[in-house]
Amino acid sequence: MRRFERDWLLCSRAWLVVLVVAVALAVLPRPSFAVDPAVLAAEAKRIEVASRLAKSVVAIFSRGGRGGGSGVLISPDGYALTNFHVTRGAGTFMKCGLSDGKLYDAVIVGIDPTGDVALIKLLGRNDFPRATLGDSDTLKVGDWTFAMGNPFLLATDFQPTVTYGIVSGLHRYQYPAGTILEYTDCIQIDTSINPGNSGGPLFSAGGQLMGINGRGSFDKRGRVNSGAGYAISINQIKLFMDHLRSGRVVDHATLGATVTTREDGAVVVDGILDESEAYRRGLREGDEIISFAGRSVRSVNQFKNILGIYPKGSKLRLVFRRGQVRKEMLLRLRALHRASELSGSPKPMPKPKGKPKPKPGGKPKPGGKKRPAARKRPPVAKPPEKYKHLYVKKQGFANYYFNQQEQKRVLSGLSRLGDFSGARGAWVLAGKTAAGDAYQLTVADVGVGLSWKQKAYYQELDKAAEPLDEPKGSGGLLYAMHMWRSFLAKREKGFGEFFYLGSEPLDGVGARVDVMISELGNVRCRWYFDRKQGRLLGFDSQREEETDECEIRFSGDIDSGGRHWPRTIRVSSGGQPLASFGVETVTLKTGAAQ
Amino acid sequence: MTCRILTRSFCLLLTCLWGSSIAQAQSIQSTIERVQQRTVKVFGAGGIRRLHAYSTGFVVSRQGHVATIWSHVLDTEELTVVLSDGRRVRAKVLGAEPQLDLAVLELQDKDLDLPAWDLEAEVADAGPGTRVLGFSNMFRVATGDEMVSVLHGVVAAKAPLVTRRGAFESSYEGTAFIVDAVTNNPGAGGGVLTTRAGRLLGMIGKELRNAESNTWVNYAVPISELKQPIRQIIAGKYRARQRDPDETNVVARFRPLEFGIVLVPDVLFRTPTFIDRVQPGSAAARAGLQPDDLILFINGDLVQSCRVFKQSLGRIDSGGVLKLTVRRGDKLLPVELPVPDKPDKPDKPEKSEQPEKPATAGDTK
Repeated sequence: MRRFERDWLLCSRAWLVVLVVAVALAVLPRPSFAVDPAVLAAEAKRIEVASRLAKSVVAIFSRGGRGGGSGVLISPDGYALTNFHVTRGAGTFMKCGLSDGKLYDAVIVGIDPTGDVALIKLLGRNDFPRATLGDSDTLKVGDWTFAMGNPFLLATDFQPTVTYGIVSGLHRYQYPAGTILEYTDCIQIDTSINPGNSGGPLFSAGGQLMGINGRGSFDKRGRVNSGAGYAISINQIKLFMDHLRSGRVVDHATLGATVTTREDGAVVVDGILDESEAYRRGLREGDEIISFAGRSVRSVNQFKNILGIYPKGSKLRLVFRRGQVRKEMLLRLRALHRASELSGSPKPMPKPKGKPKPKPGGKPKPGGKKRPAARKRPPVAKPPEKYKHLYVKKQGFANYYFNQQEQKRVLSGLSRLGDFSGARGAWVLAGKTAAGDAYQLTVADVGVGLSWKQKAYYQELDKAAEPLDEPKGSGGLLYAMHMWRSFLAKREKGFGEFFYLGSEPLDGVGARVDVMISELGNVRCRWYFDRKQGRLLGFDSQREEETDECEIRFSGDIDSGGRHWPRTIRVSSGGQPLASFGVETVTLKTGAAQ
Repeated sequence: MTCRILTRSFCLLLTCLWGSSIAQAQSIQSTIERVQQRTVKVFGAGGIRRLHAYSTGFVVSRQGHVATIWSHVLDTEELTVVLSDGRRVRAKVLGAEPQLDLAVLELQDKDLDLPAWDLEAEVADAGPGTRVLGFSNMFRVATGDEMVSVLHGVVAAKAPLVTRRGAFESSYEGTAFIVDAVTNNPGAGGGVLTTRAGRLLGMIGKELRNAESNTWVNYAVPISELKQPIRQIIAGKYRARQRDPDETNVVARFRPLEFGIVLVPDVLFRTPTFIDRVQPGSAAARAGLQPDDLILFINGDLVQSCRVFKQSLGRIDSGGVLKLTVRRGDKLLPVELPVPDKPDKPDKPEKSEQPEKPATAGDTK
C-alpha cells in the first residue's frame, strides 16, 4: 500500500513537472523555431515551378514497350526534344506518356546523331503544355536547376521524377566515346541524372528550358549518378531546330583544319585540308586562331566547343594572326561526317565491340539508355493506322514527310512572284551595273550568254556541258542564272535533289532565313527565303564540291508581264564582289533562243 | 480595404524576398569564383590500369605552394600544375605526410603572386547540417583555363573515419567531414570543401569504397588537421609522424635490417628500392652491397618498390640463399646472401628502421 502511495506520489510529481513545463512553454516567450519566411517562400516557388514544368515532360517508350527515356514538349502542336540515343532503338513511331496520365502516339521528325538530339512530334492534340526555351548562355556556375524525366523508368503514371541541383561547370567538352556522339559546349550539373533521364529537360530555377540531359560521368560506380551529369545546351539546339524540323539526319561542321596549343598557350593550326574553304581563303599551318564565330579562342577545347554547336554548312567568322598581321574571313563549314557515317534511319548505330576501353585518365562514358551491344533489334511494331501517313521513308532523312511539309511552307511565298511555269522561253535581262557598264543577259534552254564591258561570255547547256567559271572568278555566274531559271520555272522538277535544309543567318551575319537545297549533277544551290513573307532573297550556286560558290543576292522589285523580277542582282564569289546588275528591262521570248 | 492592405504587404514581402534571393545568388557566384581561382589541377603519373593521372590542389601561399592529396599521381618528376587561368607550371613535391594523405607542392615559377588561402583567417569548422560546396578537378572535366567543377551538399557528420583492412581501406584515419554529395570522384582528391560563404573546411579525400557492400563514402580531411603540417612543410621544419605500426603489421619472416640493408625512406606510393646504408660487418656488407645500389630483382622477381621488397623478403624461406640483382651505375650485379635459419613464427610488428628524418621530396630517379 505504502509502496503504491509512494509510486503514486512520484507519478503525480512527475505529472506536475510536466504540467509546469507545459504551462511555461505556453506562457513564456517561445524560442524562435519558426522557419525563415525566405525559406518557405523559396520552397513554395520551387513547388510551383516544378508542378508547372512537370506537365511538359514526356516519358518516351519504344513501341515494342522495351526501354525508353525522357523528353520535353516545346510547342503546342506536339514537337518535343529528346536524345538521339533514346529514339535510336525506338523505331519511327513511339508511345509517349505525359503527367496527365495519358499515353500519346509520337512520330520521329529529325535526328542529330553527333549532337545526340532528336526531335519527335506527339500526336492528337494542338494544345500540348510546353516548356519555354531559355537562353543557356545566361546560366552561371552555382545556379540552381531542375532535372526532370523518368530515371530507371520508375514512373508508371508518367509523373516525372524531379531532381534539384546546381550548375557545376559551363562550356564543357566531352569527347566522343566509341561512337560519333560528341557533347560540345555542354552544361555540367550535380543535379542527379540517371539512366532513363536521357532526353529529359534541364530547367533553370525560374523554369526556362536550358538543356537536354543526356550524359553522365559513370566512371566506376556502375551506371548511377556520380555527381557529374551533362546537358546539351538549348542554345546549341536552337541552331539546329529548323534543321531538325526538316526531317533530316543532320550533321555538324568541321573547319577542315585541326588546331593545337602552342607552348605559349596560343591555339594554332597544325593541319589543314587543301580542299577546305579555309585553305582557299588563305589559312595555313602555324596561323594563330584568335576568335571563331565571335568567341575568343584560348584552348583547343574551346575551339571544339565553338565549332561543335553549329550545323554543317554554317557560315562563321574566323579571325587569325600570322606574325603581326591580323586577318579575318567568313567561311562556310564542311560536313563533319560522310553521309554513310550518319545512319539514315533511326536504327542502332554500329557499336564498338565489347566494352569500350577506359581511356587514359578514365574519361566519362556516355550515359543514358545505352543498351548492351548484344541486344537484338526490337521487333518493328506496326505504326498506328491513323498516323501512318505521317512517316515517309527516304535515304538521308529521319522522316521525309516533315520535309515535304516544310517545302510546301517555304515555297508558298514563291507564287506571289507570279506564274513562272509558263516562262520557259529565253529570258533576256538588260540594264546597267552599279559601275555604269551596260550588260545583256540571255538565259535559254540551250545556253546562257552575257555581254558585258565589250566582252561576251557563254555557257553551253547541252547534256555533256560542264558548268564553267564564267565570267572567271564569278564562281559560275552563267550556270547560276540557268539554275535560277530552272528553279522558278520548274521548281523540284528541274533538279535531281530538292529539299528543305533548315534555317541559318543570311551570309553568316544577317537575319535568319529559310534554306532550300537543289542539286543537279554536281551543282548544288542553296536558296534563301525571307521567313516572314517567303521572298526569295538570293542563292549560292556551287559548280562542284570544294570550289567557291557564286553568290547571288536579289533586292528591289520590278513588274514585267505580271511577274515580279529583282531590281538588282548582286553577284560575288569567294568573298569578292563581282558586280551589281541593275535590271531595267526583262523580255521573255517564246521558242528556242539564240 | 483590409484585403488590399494585405495584398500590398504581401507584394512588399515578395519583393523583399526576391531582392534577397538575387543578392544571395550574386554572393554564391562570387564565392564560387573566388574559390575556383585558388583551386588548381594537378597532372602527374598514372593513366594505366584505371589509375587516373590527375588530381586537384589548392593554393596555400602567394609564392606558389599547393596543398594536395598524397597519391600515385605525385610519383613522377613530370609534375604539372594548371592554374585556374590556364597557365601550366612545373611543380615538385616539397614534403608530405602520408598519414594525413597530405602533400605540399612547390611551383617552380616563383613570381606567380597567386590568390591563396589564408589558413588562419579564411577557415571554418562545421557540424552536421552545414551546407557546403565541393570544388575539384573530378573526371578531368575541366581543362586549360576552364574552372574546376563545383558540387553542393550537406555535412552529414563530422566523425572519425574508421577504416578496416581489406574492407574499408584508407590511409587517413582521423576525424573527417562526411558529406552527402558525391565529392570523392576520380581526380577529386586534393580539392576543397567550403561553406557556402567560401570558408575553407577541408581537403577532399580519396575515393573510399567498402569492398564488402560496394558503397562509397565521400569525405574531407578537416583543415584544422592539415594547416600545421602544411605550414611546417613550407617552412622546411616538418617531421613526419611516427609510422603507423599497422602499416607493417604483416607476418614478416625477414626484414632488410637482418641482412644489414637500410633502404631509403619509404615516402612514395612506389619508392624505388635504393639502399641508403649498409651495416658494417653484415651479410650485405660481406656481399659487397653499397649505398645507392638499386635493388631490381629478388630471387628472380622484379622489385617495384621498397614496400614490395619488404613484402617479398618477409615471405622467403629460411635457410638457403637470397639472390638479389642490383644496379650500380650502369652495371647490373648479381649478389647472393646467406639466409639464416629461423623458426616459423610470426614476427613482432616491424618498427621503422629509419631514424626520424624530415620528409623530403623523395627523389624518384
